Amino acid sequence: MLTLEARATQSAFAAWLSPLLALGLTALTGAMIFLAMGKAPGVALYIYFIEPLTSWSGLSEVAVKAGPLILIGMGLSLGFRAGVWNIGAEGQFIAGALLGSAPAVYFFESTNPLILPCMMLLGILGGMAWAAMPALLKTRFNANEILVSLMLVYVAELLLVHLVQGPWRNPEGWGFPGTRMFPDAALLPMFVPGYRVHLGTLIAVVIPFLAWFVLTRTRLGFQVRVFGSAPLAARHAGISSAQMVWTTLLVGGGLAGLAGVMEAASTIGQLMPKISPGYGFTAIIVAFLGRLHPVGVLLAGTAIAVTYIGGEGAQISAGLPKAVTGLFQGIILFYLLAFDLLTRYRLTRVGARGNTA
Amino acid sequence: MTELLIASIMTMMTAATPLVFAATGELVCEKSGVLNLGVEGMMLTGAVFGFAAVTLTGEPLLGLAAGMMMGLFASLIFGVLTLSLLSNQVATGLALTIFGTGLSALVGLDYVGKTIEQIRAIHLPVLTDLPVVGRLLFGHDPLVYVSIVLLGLTHWFLKHTRWGMILRAVGDSDQSAHAIGYPVIAIRYAAVAFGGAMAGLGGAYLSLVYTPLWAENMTAGRGWIAVALVVFASWRPSRVLLGAVLFGGITILQLNTQAAGLGVPASFMSMLPYIATIVVLVLISRDSIRIRLNAPACLGRPFRAER
Repeated sequence: MLTLEARATQSAFAAWLSPLLALGLTALTGAMIFLAMGKAPGVALYIYFIEPLTSWSGLSEVAVKAGPLILIGMGLSLGFRAGVWNIGAEGQFIAGALLGSAPAVYFFESTNPLILPCMMLLGILGGMAWAAMPALLKTRFNANEILVSLMLVYVAELLLVHLVQGPWRNPEGWGFPGTRMFPDAALLPMFVPGYRVHLGTLIAVVIPFLAWFVLTRTRLGFQVRVFGSAPLAARHAGISSAQMVWTTLLVGGGLAGLAGVMEAASTIGQLMPKISPGYGFTAIIVAFLGRLHPVGVLLAGTAIAVTYIGGEGAQISAGLPKAVTGLFQGIILFYLLAFDLLTRYRLTRVGARGNTA
Repeated sequence: MTELLIASIMTMMTAATPLVFAATGELVCEKSGVLNLGVEGMMLTGAVFGFAAVTLTGEPLLGLAAGMMMGLFASLIFGVLTLSLLSNQVATGLALTIFGTGLSALVGLDYVGKTIEQIRAIHLPVLTDLPVVGRLLFGHDPLVYVSIVLLGLTHWFLKHTRWGMILRAVGDSDQSAHAIGYPVIAIRYAAVAFGGAMAGLGGAYLSLVYTPLWAENMTAGRGWIAVALVVFASWRPSRVLLGAVLFGGITILQLNTQAAGLGVPASFMSMLPYIATIVVLVLISRDSIRIRLNAPACLGRPFRAER
């Protein structure tokens, strides 16, 4: 009989193997789903997982999609490490996009180069403000941060809809909901003509390395790691739980807000009723798939971005519904959580020996 | 005026009913020590499969059964991961919500814009025709009564039956329950399955009675509100009804003020249920002693038998 034996320390090998196993098994499950839908599984899998990587424009699109996922996933992973469950990043993303876009909406003819840094800053502040609410209610009133941060997602979505249909609506937009297009000065610079890779993409690549440094080389990083793995020891070492809640939520909210304003000031170029294909929720998967590790998040964000772009391609060329992407994301996380067992326990045979003894 | 009031109360009850189902299921699940944050995903799963079953067969009862079955099935994925494979309950619950959202969107593609025969309110001769109280007492759809009976039964089961007490023991002290010889894991599987079935039923109620149609993400956070309701109710079934009716009332307020045209933008009125949830959570959680006294002590902790 097989039984579980707790490992003294988490297996690093298993920790890095499990995301790969999860991705592989998701592809296999995907093949079966495609088969059930009457599509050729080989072709569909190719479109989903390989085709986005076979052209420069595909790679560029993957990088653009990966940007927000990496930024948000990075912030969330800090919180998850410390046991702070911020699942309202979608709301913080929208809040950042809202506040950050205000200069572009009000100064729609601006050519001042300072408008862009100002927008980025406001974007970060917007995300932080949205995340400060669950932090305050958690530390002051003990209210569950999962539920509060999630409820605020709906509030942010409705606020966005209100603004783009009402006060911020483009007066020359024939009544369609949406702001004016941002002026050029308020758009993130792009690097290569014809491709949509922009400054935000670069920032998204740099941030994880910055976070890695903070986690391994600074006092704050040490506190986050200790707090997550040994809360009691952390309390004895004088790390306050309230301080941890505030720090991780503000950092997570700030990064999500930055991702939000950068999305508005790049690929979209305006505010619309819907500005996110669920980045904030998908980033939860990115954080776990990346093992809550900065470099892991970078890789995981890229991998999930491939399925987003693949999903768009599959919709166009194979008539596969976009909803499949969402299903895949859930399945990846299920497999990942299942394999997590192997990082904490090892399978051993006990039955045979026990019987003969 | 009375007519409007009666109509409002009737709608309030239909808005409360899916919350009663989902929150009752989650309450039993949490009482056994398992925190399942996948209620939103299970409700969506129940909603889409319930709607599909009615579209295909025309049988409302089959629709409700399909919703329950698929909610239960979804909860078993969660059960296997958290109970047998000892995964983190919060993360797995989130995964279940993401999975259910994706699955329902995919399955529901063929059903967007379709219409079905709504499950109608009951009409008893004489009784329903009584002035005022007639409709208030005898004029709801059958599931409103089912949800109230369910709450009563849950209260009775948890409080007055042997297995109810064992379930609470498992949630409050899993190791001692195990030491006495109760099957901790099996009981938690049963509680998780019940929670899934009830969330599925609540979802099916939305797509078969409340709207009745299928739209992507149609639960709009009701699964999460149901989780909040369990906290609001301090894990007591009797207070679930109070909370659900409160939220039903907020929904009605929202609809009525929009109809009255008070000049408050529709988006702001739509924020009410979510803001109310936050306010209620804050008011309840402020009293941390009460939370600690009422919350199952093992809530969210994985269980592994120590010989």
